Amino acid sequence: MSNQIALIGRTATYLLLVLAAFISVFPFFWMMIGATNTSADIIKGRALPGGALWANMVNFFTSVDMPRILFNSFFIAGFGTAMTLLVSSLAGYGFEMFRSRFREKIFGSLLLMLSIPFAALMVPLFIMMANLKMINTYQAIILPTVASIFIVFYFRQATKAFPHELRDAARIDGLKEWQIFLFVYMPVMRSTYAAATIIVFMANWNNYLWPLIVLQTNEMKTLTLVVAGLTSAYTPDFGVVMVGAIFATLPTLVIFFLLQRRFVEGMLGAVK
Amino acid sequence: MGVGVAQSGLARKEQVSGWLFVMPALVLLGVFMIYPILWSLWMSFQVGRGMAFSFGGFANIMRLTQDPVFLRALTNTLTFLAIQVPIMLVLALLFASALNDSKLWGRSWFRTAIFLPCVTSLVAYSVVFRSMFAQDGIMNQMLMGLSIIEAPIPWLADPFWAKVVIISAITWRWTGYNMIFYLAAMQNIDRSIYEAAKIDGVPAWARFWYITIPMLKPVILFTTVISTIGTLQLFDEVNLITQGGPSDSTLTLSLYIYNLSFRFMPSFGYAATVSYVIVVLVGILTFIQFLAARDRRA
Repeated sequence: MSNQIALIGRTATYLLLVLAAFISVFPFFWMMIGATNTSADIIKGRALPGGALWANMVNFFTSVDMPRILFNSFFIAGFGTAMTLLVSSLAGYGFEMFRSRFREKIFGSLLLMLSIPFAALMVPLFIMMANLKMINTYQAIILPTVASIFIVFYFRQATKAFPHELRDAARIDGLKEWQIFLFVYMPVMRSTYAAATIIVFMANWNNYLWPLIVLQTNEMKTLTLVVAGLTSAYTPDFGVVMVGAIFATLPTLVIFFLLQRRFVEGMLGAVK
Repeated sequence: MGVGVAQSGLARKEQVSGWLFVMPALVLLGVFMIYPILWSLWMSFQVGRGMAFSFGGFANIMRLTQDPVFLRALTNTLTFLAIQVPIMLVLALLFASALNDSKLWGRSWFRTAIFLPCVTSLVAYSVVFRSMFAQDGIMNQMLMGLSIIEAPIPWLADPFWAKVVIISAITWRWTGYNMIFYLAAMQNIDRSIYEAAKIDGVPAWARFWYITIPMLKPVILFTTVISTIGTLQLFDEVNLITQGGPSDSTLTLSLYIYNLSFRFMPSFGYAATVSYVIVVLVGILTFIQFLAARDRRA
Protein backbone atom coordinates (compact mmCIF):
# COMPACT_ATOMS: atom_id res chain seq x y z
CA MET A 1 0.00 0.00 0.00
CA SER A 2 2.58 2.57 1.03
CA ASN A 3 4.72 1.35 -1.85
CA GLN A 4 1.86 2.12 -4.20
CA ILE A 5 1.54 5.64 -2.80
CA ALA A 6 5.27 6.16 -3.21
CA LEU A 7 5.05 4.99 -6.82
CA ILE A 8 2.16 7.34 -7.55
CA GLY A 9 4.06 10.19 -5.91
CA ARG A 10 7.14 9.44 -7.95
CA THR A 11 5.21 9.25 -11.20
CA ALA A 12 3.48 12.55 -10.40
CA THR A 13 6.85 14.17 -9.69
CA TYR A 14 8.25 13.05 -13.03
CA LEU A 15 5.12 14.14 -14.91
CA LEU A 16 5.32 17.56 -13.26
CA LEU A 17 9.01 17.94 -14.08
CA VAL A 18 8.63 16.76 -17.66
CA LEU A 19 5.76 19.18 -18.21
CA ALA A 20 7.72 22.04 -16.60
CA ALA A 21 10.81 21.26 -18.66
CA PHE A 22 8.75 21.08 -21.85
CA ILE A 23 7.06 24.43 -21.18
CA SER A 24 10.42 25.98 -20.29
CA VAL A 25 12.17 24.83 -23.43
CA PHE A 26 9.32 25.10 -25.95
CA PRO A 27 9.63 28.87 -26.64
CA PHE A 28 13.31 28.34 -27.56
CA PHE A 29 12.28 25.63 -30.00
CA TRP A 30 9.52 27.90 -31.28
CA MET A 31 11.96 30.77 -31.80
CA MET A 32 14.29 28.58 -33.87
CA ILE A 33 11.50 27.00 -35.91
CA GLY A 34 10.01 30.47 -36.38
CA ALA A 35 13.21 31.78 -37.95
CA THR A 36 12.71 29.28 -40.77
CA ASN A 37 9.07 30.13 -41.41
CA THR A 38 7.24 33.01 -43.05
CA SER A 39 5.43 35.47 -40.82
CA ALA A 40 2.06 34.15 -42.01
CA ASP A 41 3.03 30.58 -41.07
CA ILE A 42 4.25 31.65 -37.63
CA ILE A 43 0.98 33.40 -36.87
CA LYS A 44 -0.86 30.27 -38.04
CA GLY A 45 1.16 28.22 -35.56
CA ARG A 46 3.21 26.12 -37.98
CA ALA A 47 5.48 24.04 -35.72
CA LEU A 48 7.59 22.46 -38.49
CA PRO A 49 10.74 23.90 -40.03
CA GLY A 50 10.00 25.87 -43.19
CA GLY A 51 12.04 27.17 -46.09
CA ALA A 52 12.06 30.87 -45.27
CA LEU A 53 15.26 31.01 -43.20
CA TRP A 54 17.33 32.57 -45.95
CA ALA A 55 14.66 35.14 -46.82
CA ASN A 56 14.25 36.07 -43.15
CA MET A 57 18.01 36.46 -42.73
CA VAL A 58 18.24 38.63 -45.86
CA ASN A 59 15.34 40.77 -44.67
CA PHE A 60 16.92 41.11 -41.24
CA PHE A 61 20.35 42.10 -42.50
CA THR A 62 19.00 44.55 -45.06
CA SER A 63 16.73 46.31 -42.57
CA VAL A 64 19.32 46.42 -39.77
CA ASP A 65 22.85 47.85 -39.88
CA MET A 66 24.11 44.83 -37.98
CA PRO A 67 27.83 45.72 -37.56
CA ARG A 68 26.94 49.11 -36.10
CA ILE A 69 24.18 47.69 -33.88
CA LEU A 70 26.42 44.91 -32.61
CA PHE A 71 29.14 47.45 -31.88
CA ASN A 72 26.66 49.57 -29.89
CA SER A 73 25.45 46.57 -27.91
CA PHE A 74 28.90 45.16 -27.19
CA PHE A 75 30.39 48.56 -26.40
CA ILE A 76 27.60 49.56 -24.00
CA ALA A 77 27.49 46.15 -22.35
CA GLY A 78 31.27 45.60 -22.33
CA PHE A 79 32.54 49.02 -21.32
CA GLY A 80 29.63 49.48 -18.92
CA THR A 81 30.42 46.14 -17.28
CA ALA A 82 34.11 47.00 -16.86
CA MET A 83 33.23 50.35 -15.24
CA THR A 84 30.62 48.80 -12.97
CA LEU A 85 33.00 46.10 -11.79
CA LEU A 86 35.78 48.58 -11.10
CA VAL A 87 33.73 51.18 -9.22
CA SER A 88 31.54 48.72 -7.35
CA SER A 89 34.35 46.36 -6.34
CA LEU A 90 36.40 49.34 -5.09
CA ALA A 91 33.46 50.25 -2.88
CA GLY A 92 32.84 46.68 -1.72
CA TYR A 93 36.53 46.37 -0.81
CA GLY A 94 36.49 49.76 0.91
CA PHE A 95 33.43 48.96 2.98
CA GLU A 96 34.82 45.66 4.18
CA MET A 97 38.52 46.39 4.68
CA PHE A 98 38.55 49.87 6.23
CA ARG A 99 36.95 50.94 9.47
CA SER A 100 35.45 54.36 9.46
CA ARG A 101 32.89 56.14 11.57
CA PHE A 102 29.76 56.04 9.49
CA ARG A 103 30.55 52.90 7.54
CA GLU A 104 27.69 50.71 8.69
CA LYS A 105 25.14 53.54 8.59
CA ILE A 106 26.05 54.38 5.01
CA PHE A 107 26.08 50.76 3.98
CA GLY A 108 22.67 50.25 5.58
CA SER A 109 21.22 53.19 3.68
CA LEU A 110 22.63 51.74 0.45
CA LEU A 111 20.66 48.56 1.11
CA LEU A 112 17.53 50.65 1.59
CA MET A 113 18.21 52.35 -1.74
CA LEU A 114 18.21 48.93 -3.36
CA SER A 115 14.43 49.13 -3.33
CA ILE A 116 14.19 52.43 -5.22
CA PRO A 117 12.34 51.52 -8.41
CA PHE A 118 13.88 52.63 -11.69
CA ALA A 119 10.44 53.83 -12.77
CA ALA A 120 10.81 56.63 -10.22
CA LEU A 121 14.18 57.67 -11.60
CA MET A 122 13.57 57.63 -15.33
CA VAL A 123 11.86 61.02 -15.66
CA PRO A 124 14.40 63.08 -13.66
CA LEU A 125 17.30 61.12 -15.20
CA PHE A 126 15.98 61.87 -18.67
CA ILE A 127 15.69 65.60 -17.94
CA MET A 128 19.16 65.53 -16.40
CA MET A 129 20.63 63.91 -19.50
CA ALA A 130 18.77 66.41 -21.71
CA ASN A 131 20.26 69.30 -19.70
CA LEU A 132 23.72 67.76 -20.00
CA LYS A 133 23.18 67.37 -23.78
CA MET A 134 23.82 63.64 -23.41
CA ILE A 135 20.62 62.30 -24.98
CA ASN A 136 21.46 59.69 -27.64
CA THR A 137 24.98 59.04 -26.30
CA TYR A 138 26.69 55.96 -24.89
CA GLN A 139 27.60 57.72 -21.65
CA ALA A 140 23.94 58.47 -20.92
CA ILE A 141 23.26 54.72 -20.93
CA ILE A 142 26.39 53.69 -19.06
CA LEU A 143 26.78 56.35 -16.32
CA PRO A 144 23.63 55.66 -14.27
CA THR A 145 24.44 51.93 -14.15
CA VAL A 146 28.10 52.19 -13.07
CA ALA A 147 27.56 52.30 -9.30
CA SER A 148 25.53 49.16 -8.71
CA ILE A 149 24.45 48.69 -5.10
CA PHE A 150 23.85 45.02 -5.79
CA ILE A 151 27.43 44.51 -6.99
CA VAL A 152 28.87 46.60 -4.13
CA PHE A 153 27.01 44.30 -1.77
CA TYR A 154 28.19 41.24 -3.67
CA PHE A 155 31.84 42.30 -3.44
CA ARG A 156 31.57 43.21 0.22
CA GLN A 157 30.23 39.73 0.98
CA ALA A 158 32.95 38.08 -1.10
CA THR A 159 35.67 40.26 0.48
CA LYS A 160 34.90 38.72 3.89
CA ALA A 161 36.78 35.67 2.58
CA PHE A 162 39.77 37.75 1.48
CA PRO A 163 42.65 37.11 3.95
CA HIS A 164 43.64 40.30 5.75
CA GLU A 165 47.15 38.88 6.18
CA LEU A 166 47.71 39.33 2.45
CA ARG A 167 47.05 43.03 2.78
CA ASP A 168 49.22 43.34 5.89
CA ALA A 169 52.09 41.56 4.15
CA ALA A 170 51.75 43.82 1.12
CA ARG A 171 51.77 46.88 3.38
CA ILE A 172 54.98 45.71 5.01
CA ASP A 173 56.41 45.29 1.52
CA GLY A 174 55.67 48.97 1.02
CA LEU A 175 52.77 48.71 -1.45
CA LYS A 176 50.34 51.62 -1.49
CA GLU A 177 46.67 50.96 -0.87
CA TRP A 178 45.68 51.25 -4.55
CA GLN A 179 48.53 48.92 -5.50
CA ILE A 180 47.31 46.35 -2.99
CA PHE A 181 43.84 46.54 -4.54
CA LEU A 182 45.14 46.28 -8.07
CA PHE A 183 47.91 43.70 -7.69
CA VAL A 184 46.85 41.62 -4.69
CA TYR A 185 43.09 41.86 -4.27
CA MET A 186 41.96 41.73 -7.91
CA PRO A 187 43.98 38.62 -8.88
CA VAL A 188 42.94 36.79 -5.70
CA MET A 189 39.27 37.59 -6.27
CA ARG A 190 39.18 36.72 -9.96
CA SER A 191 36.40 34.16 -9.63
CA THR A 192 34.22 36.76 -7.91
CA TYR A 193 34.95 39.13 -10.78
CA ALA A 194 34.05 36.42 -13.29
CA ALA A 195 30.69 35.73 -11.67
CA ALA A 196 29.90 39.44 -11.37
CA THR A 197 30.91 40.01 -14.99
CA ILE A 198 28.31 37.52 -16.18
CA ILE A 199 25.51 39.09 -14.14
CA VAL A 200 26.33 42.68 -15.05
CA PHE A 201 27.00 41.97 -18.72
CA MET A 202 23.67 40.18 -19.03
CA ALA A 203 21.79 43.00 -17.35
CA ASN A 204 23.45 45.59 -19.60
CA TRP A 205 22.96 43.55 -22.76
CA ASN A 206 19.26 43.05 -22.03
CA ASN A 207 18.52 46.53 -20.73
CA TYR A 208 15.47 47.87 -22.54
CA LEU A 209 13.60 50.72 -20.84
CA TRP A 210 16.45 53.18 -20.27
CA PRO A 211 18.01 52.76 -23.75
CA LEU A 212 14.50 53.05 -25.22
CA ILE A 213 14.19 56.48 -23.61
CA VAL A 214 17.69 57.77 -24.29
CA LEU A 215 18.81 56.27 -27.63
CA GLN A 216 16.80 57.96 -30.33
CA THR A 217 18.54 57.50 -33.68
CA ASN A 218 18.89 54.21 -35.51
CA GLU A 219 22.69 54.25 -35.60
CA MET A 220 22.87 54.45 -31.78
CA LYS A 221 20.42 51.64 -31.03
CA THR A 222 21.31 48.37 -29.32
CA LEU A 223 20.29 44.95 -30.58
CA THR A 224 17.67 44.70 -27.84
CA LEU A 225 16.07 47.95 -29.02
CA VAL A 226 16.23 46.90 -32.67
CA VAL A 227 14.47 43.59 -31.96
CA ALA A 228 11.82 45.43 -29.97
CA GLY A 229 11.48 47.93 -32.80
CA LEU A 230 10.88 45.16 -35.35
CA THR A 231 7.62 44.29 -33.57
CA SER A 232 6.32 47.83 -33.35
CA ALA A 233 4.92 47.77 -36.90
CA TYR A 234 1.18 47.15 -37.10
CA THR A 235 1.81 43.80 -38.79
CA PRO A 236 5.34 42.79 -37.81
CA ASP A 237 7.27 40.30 -39.92
CA PHE A 238 7.63 37.60 -37.29
CA GLY A 239 10.15 35.60 -39.32
CA VAL A 240 12.54 38.56 -39.20
CA VAL A 241 11.64 39.14 -35.54
CA MET A 242 12.64 35.55 -34.71
CA VAL A 243 16.02 35.96 -36.43
CA GLY A 244 16.59 39.08 -34.33
CA ALA A 245 15.44 37.34 -31.14
CA ILE A 246 17.94 34.54 -31.76
CA PHE A 247 20.79 37.01 -32.17
CA ALA A 248 19.70 38.87 -29.04
CA THR A 249 19.57 35.66 -26.97
CA LEU A 250 22.72 34.04 -28.34
CA PRO A 251 25.42 35.82 -26.28
CA THR A 252 23.77 35.15 -22.93
CA LEU A 253 22.88 31.61 -23.94
CA VAL A 254 26.50 30.90 -24.91
CA ILE A 255 27.80 32.40 -21.65
CA PHE A 256 25.31 30.28 -19.75
CA PHE A 257 26.32 27.00 -21.32
CA LEU A 258 30.06 27.71 -21.11
CA LEU A 259 30.04 28.95 -17.53
CA GLN A 260 26.93 27.35 -16.08
CA ARG A 261 28.26 26.85 -12.57
CA ARG A 262 29.70 30.36 -12.27
CA PHE A 263 26.54 31.80 -13.77
CA VAL A 264 24.40 30.31 -11.03
CA GLU A 265 26.97 31.24 -8.36
CA GLY A 266 26.81 34.84 -9.52
CA MET A 267 23.04 34.91 -9.27
CA LEU A 268 23.09 33.46 -5.79
CA GLY A 269 26.18 35.36 -4.71
CA ALA A 270 24.70 38.54 -3.33
CA VAL A 271 22.27 36.76 -1.03
CA LYS A 272 24.52 34.43 0.90
CA MET B 1 52.07 59.43 24.24
CA GLY B 2 54.17 59.05 21.13
CA VAL B 3 52.49 55.71 20.47
CA GLY B 4 49.03 57.28 20.85
CA VAL B 5 49.78 59.94 18.23
CA ALA B 6 51.19 57.35 15.86
CA GLN B 7 48.11 55.18 16.29
CA SER B 8 45.62 57.98 15.72
CA GLY B 9 47.64 59.01 12.69
CA LEU B 10 47.39 55.46 11.37
CA ALA B 11 43.69 55.31 12.14
CA ARG B 12 43.17 58.54 10.26
CA LYS B 13 45.13 57.26 7.28
CA GLU B 14 43.00 54.12 7.39
CA GLN B 15 39.83 56.23 7.40
CA VAL B 16 40.98 58.37 4.48
CA SER B 17 41.92 55.34 2.35
CA GLY B 18 38.60 53.73 3.17
CA TRP B 19 36.70 56.79 2.00
CA LEU B 20 38.75 57.03 -1.19
CA PHE B 21 37.80 53.48 -2.14
CA VAL B 22 34.12 54.07 -1.46
CA MET B 23 33.91 57.59 -2.86
CA PRO B 24 33.49 56.97 -6.63
CA ALA B 25 30.49 54.71 -6.02
CA LEU B 26 28.95 57.09 -3.48
CA VAL B 27 29.36 60.12 -5.75
CA LEU B 28 27.78 58.29 -8.69
CA LEU B 29 24.92 57.03 -6.53
CA GLY B 30 24.41 60.55 -5.24
CA VAL B 31 24.24 62.02 -8.73
CA PHE B 32 22.26 59.27 -10.47
CA MET B 33 20.05 57.99 -7.67
CA ILE B 34 19.63 60.24 -4.62
CA TYR B 35 19.48 63.50 -6.54
CA PRO B 36 16.95 62.20 -9.12
CA ILE B 37 14.71 60.58 -6.51
CA LEU B 38 14.58 63.83 -4.50
CA TRP B 39 14.12 65.85 -7.66
CA SER B 40 11.29 63.53 -8.60
CA LEU B 41 9.62 64.25 -5.26
CA TRP B 42 9.87 67.98 -5.90
CA MET B 43 8.64 67.51 -9.45
CA SER B 44 5.57 65.65 -8.29
CA PHE B 45 4.29 68.97 -6.93
CA GLN B 46 4.81 70.73 -10.25
CA VAL B 47 2.20 71.09 -12.97
CA GLY B 48 2.61 72.01 -16.62
CA ARG B 49 3.51 70.47 -19.93
CA GLY B 50 6.93 69.88 -21.42
CA MET B 51 9.65 71.87 -19.68
CA ALA B 52 7.31 74.63 -18.44
CA PHE B 53 6.70 73.95 -14.76
CA SER B 54 4.83 75.81 -12.09
CA PHE B 55 4.10 74.90 -8.49
CA GLY B 56 0.78 73.13 -8.24
CA GLY B 57 0.67 72.03 -4.61
CA PHE B 58 -1.45 68.93 -4.32
CA ALA B 59 -2.98 69.32 -7.79
CA ASN B 60 -1.23 66.19 -9.09
CA ILE B 61 -2.37 64.11 -6.14
CA MET B 62 -5.94 65.31 -6.69
CA ARG B 63 -5.57 64.43 -10.35
CA LEU B 64 -4.50 60.88 -9.41
CA THR B 65 -7.75 60.22 -7.56
CA GLN B 66 -9.82 61.31 -10.56
CA ASP B 67 -7.73 59.76 -13.33
CA PRO B 68 -9.45 56.57 -14.53
CA VAL B 69 -6.37 55.52 -16.54
CA PHE B 70 -4.16 55.78 -13.46
CA LEU B 71 -6.67 53.84 -11.35
CA ARG B 72 -6.78 51.14 -14.00
CA ALA B 73 -2.97 50.96 -14.19
CA LEU B 74 -2.84 50.71 -10.40
CA THR B 75 -5.48 47.95 -10.29
CA ASN B 76 -3.77 46.03 -13.10
CA THR B 77 -0.35 46.25 -11.43
CA LEU B 78 -1.73 45.07 -8.09
CA THR B 79 -3.65 42.27 -9.83
CA PHE B 80 -0.46 41.05 -11.51
CA LEU B 81 1.30 41.23 -8.17
CA ALA B 82 -1.36 39.42 -6.17
CA ILE B 83 -1.82 36.60 -8.69
CA GLN B 84 1.53 36.16 -10.41
CA VAL B 85 3.97 36.34 -7.48
CA PRO B 86 2.27 33.63 -5.36
CA ILE B 87 1.81 31.30 -8.35
CA MET B 88 5.43 31.68 -9.37
CA LEU B 89 6.88 31.24 -5.88
CA VAL B 90 4.75 28.17 -5.14
CA LEU B 91 5.79 26.62 -8.47
CA ALA B 92 9.43 27.44 -7.75
CA LEU B 93 9.20 25.80 -4.32
CA LEU B 94 7.51 22.76 -5.82
CA PHE B 95 10.15 22.30 -8.52
CA ALA B 96 12.98 22.93 -6.07
CA SER B 97 11.74 20.31 -3.64
CA ALA B 98 11.24 17.80 -6.47
CA LEU B 99 14.79 18.48 -7.69
CA ASN B 100 16.28 18.34 -4.20
CA ASP B 101 16.03 14.54 -4.34
CA SER B 102 19.53 13.26 -5.13
CA LYS B 103 18.10 9.94 -6.37
CA LEU B 104 15.99 11.70 -8.99
CA TRP B 105 16.80 10.53 -12.50
CA GLY B 106 17.79 13.30 -14.93
CA ARG B 107 18.02 15.83 -12.14
CA SER B 108 20.55 18.19 -13.69
CA TRP B 109 18.71 18.08 -17.04
CA PHE B 110 15.45 19.13 -15.43
CA ARG B 111 17.21 21.85 -13.47
CA THR B 112 18.93 23.27 -16.52
CA ALA B 113 15.71 23.16 -18.56
CA ILE B 114 13.65 24.95 -15.93
CA PHE B 115 16.40 27.51 -15.36
CA LEU B 116 16.88 28.18 -19.09
CA PRO B 117 14.17 30.90 -19.40
CA CYS B 118 16.17 33.24 -17.13
CA VAL B 119 18.91 33.31 -19.73
CA THR B 120 16.72 35.01 -22.34
CA SER B 121 16.46 38.73 -22.74
CA LEU B 122 13.11 40.15 -21.73
CA VAL B 123 12.70 41.64 -25.18
CA ALA B 124 13.44 38.41 -27.05
CA TYR B 125 11.12 36.25 -25.00
CA SER B 126 8.37 38.87 -25.10
CA VAL B 127 8.34 38.97 -28.89
CA VAL B 128 8.42 35.17 -29.05
CA PHE B 129 5.47 34.95 -26.66
CA ARG B 130 3.55 37.51 -28.66
CA SER B 131 3.78 35.28 -31.74
CA MET B 132 2.82 32.16 -29.78
CA PHE B 133 -0.38 33.73 -28.49
CA ALA B 134 -1.66 34.91 -31.88
CA GLN B 135 -5.34 34.17 -32.61
CA ASP B 136 -4.57 31.15 -34.85
CA GLY B 137 -1.20 30.62 -33.21
CA ILE B 138 0.54 27.64 -31.71
CA MET B 139 -0.94 27.95 -28.22
CA ASN B 140 -4.51 27.77 -29.45
CA GLN B 141 -3.63 24.90 -31.79
CA MET B 142 -1.97 22.88 -29.04
CA LEU B 143 -4.77 23.48 -26.56
CA MET B 144 -7.38 22.56 -29.17
CA GLY B 145 -5.33 19.55 -30.25
CA LEU B 146 -5.34 18.32 -26.65
CA SER B 147 -9.11 19.08 -26.46
CA ILE B 148 -8.54 21.41 -23.52
CA ILE B 149 -10.43 24.15 -25.33
CA GLU B 150 -12.98 23.92 -28.15
CA ALA B 151 -12.66 27.30 -29.81
CA PRO B 152 -9.56 29.48 -30.11
CA ILE B 153 -9.05 31.90 -27.24
CA PRO B 154 -8.65 35.54 -28.30
CA TRP B 155 -5.51 35.84 -26.13
CA LEU B 156 -4.37 39.32 -27.00
CA ALA B 157 -7.74 40.79 -27.95
CA ASP B 158 -9.61 40.05 -24.74
CA PRO B 159 -8.92 42.02 -21.52
CA PHE B 160 -9.05 38.92 -19.30
CA TRP B 161 -6.95 36.64 -21.51
CA ALA B 162 -4.41 39.38 -22.18
CA LYS B 163 -3.77 39.48 -18.42
CA VAL B 164 -3.45 35.69 -18.43
CA VAL B 165 -0.83 35.92 -21.19
CA ILE B 166 1.20 38.51 -19.26
CA ILE B 167 1.02 36.46 -16.05
CA SER B 168 2.05 33.27 -17.89
CA ALA B 169 4.90 35.08 -19.59
CA ILE B 170 6.39 36.50 -16.39
CA THR B 171 5.92 33.18 -14.62
CA TRP B 172 7.71 31.41 -17.47
CA ARG B 173 10.64 33.83 -17.30
CA TRP B 174 11.20 33.98 -13.53
CA THR B 175 10.13 30.66 -11.95
CA GLY B 176 13.50 29.01 -12.61
CA TYR B 177 15.32 32.02 -11.19
CA ASN B 178 13.49 31.71 -7.87
CA MET B 179 13.83 27.93 -7.95
CA ILE B 180 17.63 28.25 -7.98
CA PHE B 181 17.52 30.26 -4.75
CA TYR B 182 15.28 27.69 -3.05
CA LEU B 183 17.36 24.79 -4.29
CA ALA B 184 20.57 26.34 -2.96
CA ALA B 185 18.92 26.98 0.41
CA MET B 186 17.47 23.44 0.56
CA GLN B 187 20.88 21.95 -0.04
CA ASN B 188 22.15 23.80 3.02
CA ILE B 189 19.58 22.17 5.30
CA ASP B 190 21.12 19.44 7.43
CA ARG B 191 19.93 16.10 6.05
CA SER B 192 19.91 14.49 9.50
CA ILE B 193 16.87 16.61 10.45
CA TYR B 194 14.92 14.86 7.69
CA GLU B 195 16.28 11.45 8.63
CA ALA B 196 15.19 11.96 12.24
CA ALA B 197 11.72 13.08 11.19
CA LYS B 198 11.45 10.11 8.84
CA ILE B 199 12.32 7.69 11.62
CA ASP B 200 9.68 9.34 13.81
CA GLY B 201 7.15 8.60 11.06
CA VAL B 202 6.55 12.18 9.92
CA PRO B 203 4.95 12.00 6.43
CA ALA B 204 6.59 13.71 3.44
CA TRP B 205 4.13 16.62 3.22
CA ALA B 206 4.60 17.36 6.92
CA ARG B 207 8.37 17.25 6.57
CA PHE B 208 8.04 19.79 3.74
CA TRP B 209 5.62 22.01 5.67
CA TYR B 210 7.21 21.88 9.11
CA ILE B 211 10.92 21.57 8.24
CA THR B 212 11.63 22.84 4.73
CA ILE B 213 9.36 25.90 4.71
CA PRO B 214 10.50 27.30 8.09
CA MET B 215 14.15 26.70 7.19
CA LEU B 216 13.67 28.54 3.90
CA LYS B 217 11.94 31.54 5.43
CA PRO B 218 14.78 34.03 4.86
CA VAL B 219 15.06 33.00 1.18
CA ILE B 220 11.29 33.06 0.72
CA LEU B 221 11.24 36.56 2.17
CA PHE B 222 14.08 37.63 -0.13
CA THR B 223 12.40 36.24 -3.26
CA THR B 224 9.05 37.72 -2.27
CA VAL B 225 10.59 41.15 -1.84
CA ILE B 226 12.51 41.12 -5.14
CA SER B 227 9.52 39.70 -7.03
CA THR B 228 7.29 42.38 -5.53
CA ILE B 229 9.69 45.15 -6.51
CA GLY B 230 10.05 43.66 -9.98
CA THR B 231 6.33 43.21 -10.60
CA LEU B 232 5.49 46.70 -9.37
CA GLN B 233 7.83 48.00 -12.09
CA LEU B 234 6.57 45.69 -14.83
CA PHE B 235 7.24 47.32 -18.19
CA ASP B 236 9.07 45.29 -20.86
CA GLU B 237 6.56 42.47 -21.25
CA VAL B 238 3.44 44.61 -21.31
CA ASN B 239 4.98 47.13 -23.68
CA LEU B 240 6.07 44.40 -26.11
CA ILE B 241 3.34 41.76 -25.87
CA THR B 242 0.16 43.81 -25.46
CA GLN B 243 1.25 47.49 -25.51
CA GLY B 244 -0.91 47.80 -22.40
CA GLY B 245 -4.04 46.80 -24.33
CA PRO B 246 -6.66 45.84 -25.15
CA SER B 247 -8.29 49.03 -23.83
CA ASP B 248 -5.68 49.51 -21.07
CA SER B 249 -6.42 46.09 -19.54
CA THR B 250 -2.69 45.33 -19.15
CA LEU B 251 -1.49 48.90 -18.64
CA THR B 252 0.93 48.98 -15.69
CA LEU B 253 2.13 51.93 -13.61
CA SER B 254 5.56 51.90 -15.27
CA LEU B 255 4.06 51.83 -18.74
CA TYR B 256 1.73 54.68 -17.79
CA ILE B 257 4.70 56.75 -16.52
CA TYR B 258 6.47 56.05 -19.81
CA ASN B 259 3.41 57.04 -21.82
CA LEU B 260 2.91 60.22 -19.79
CA SER B 261 6.53 61.25 -20.22
CA PHE B 262 7.61 60.05 -23.62
CA ARG B 263 4.66 58.97 -25.74
CA PHE B 264 2.17 61.80 -25.26
CA MET B 265 2.89 65.51 -24.80
CA PRO B 266 5.17 65.19 -21.77
CA SER B 267 3.60 65.81 -18.42
CA PHE B 268 6.68 65.23 -16.28
CA GLY B 269 5.26 66.53 -13.00
CA TYR B 270 2.29 64.21 -13.09
CA ALA B 271 4.49 61.30 -14.23
CA ALA B 272 6.70 61.91 -11.19
CA THR B 273 3.63 61.76 -8.96
CA VAL B 274 2.65 58.41 -10.45
CA SER B 275 6.21 57.17 -9.96
CA TYR B 276 6.02 58.07 -6.29
CA VAL B 277 2.99 55.82 -6.03
CA ILE B 278 5.35 52.95 -6.93
CA VAL B 279 7.94 54.15 -4.40
CA VAL B 280 5.30 54.25 -1.65
CA LEU B 281 3.88 50.84 -2.67
CA VAL B 282 7.33 49.24 -2.67
CA GLY B 283 8.00 50.72 0.76
CA ILE B 284 4.70 49.61 2.29
CA LEU B 285 4.74 46.09 0.81
CA THR B 286 8.37 45.43 1.72
CA PHE B 287 7.66 46.62 5.26
CA ILE B 288 4.59 44.35 5.56
CA GLN B 289 6.56 41.38 4.25
CA PHE B 290 9.30 41.92 6.82
CA LEU B 291 6.70 42.22 9.58
CA ALA B 292 4.94 39.06 8.45
CA ALA B 293 8.23 37.16 8.41
CA ARG B 294 9.06 38.37 11.90
CA ASP B 295 5.58 37.57 13.30
CA ARG B 296 5.68 33.96 12.26
CA ARG B 297 9.00 33.49 13.95
CA ALA B 298 7.66 34.70 17.32
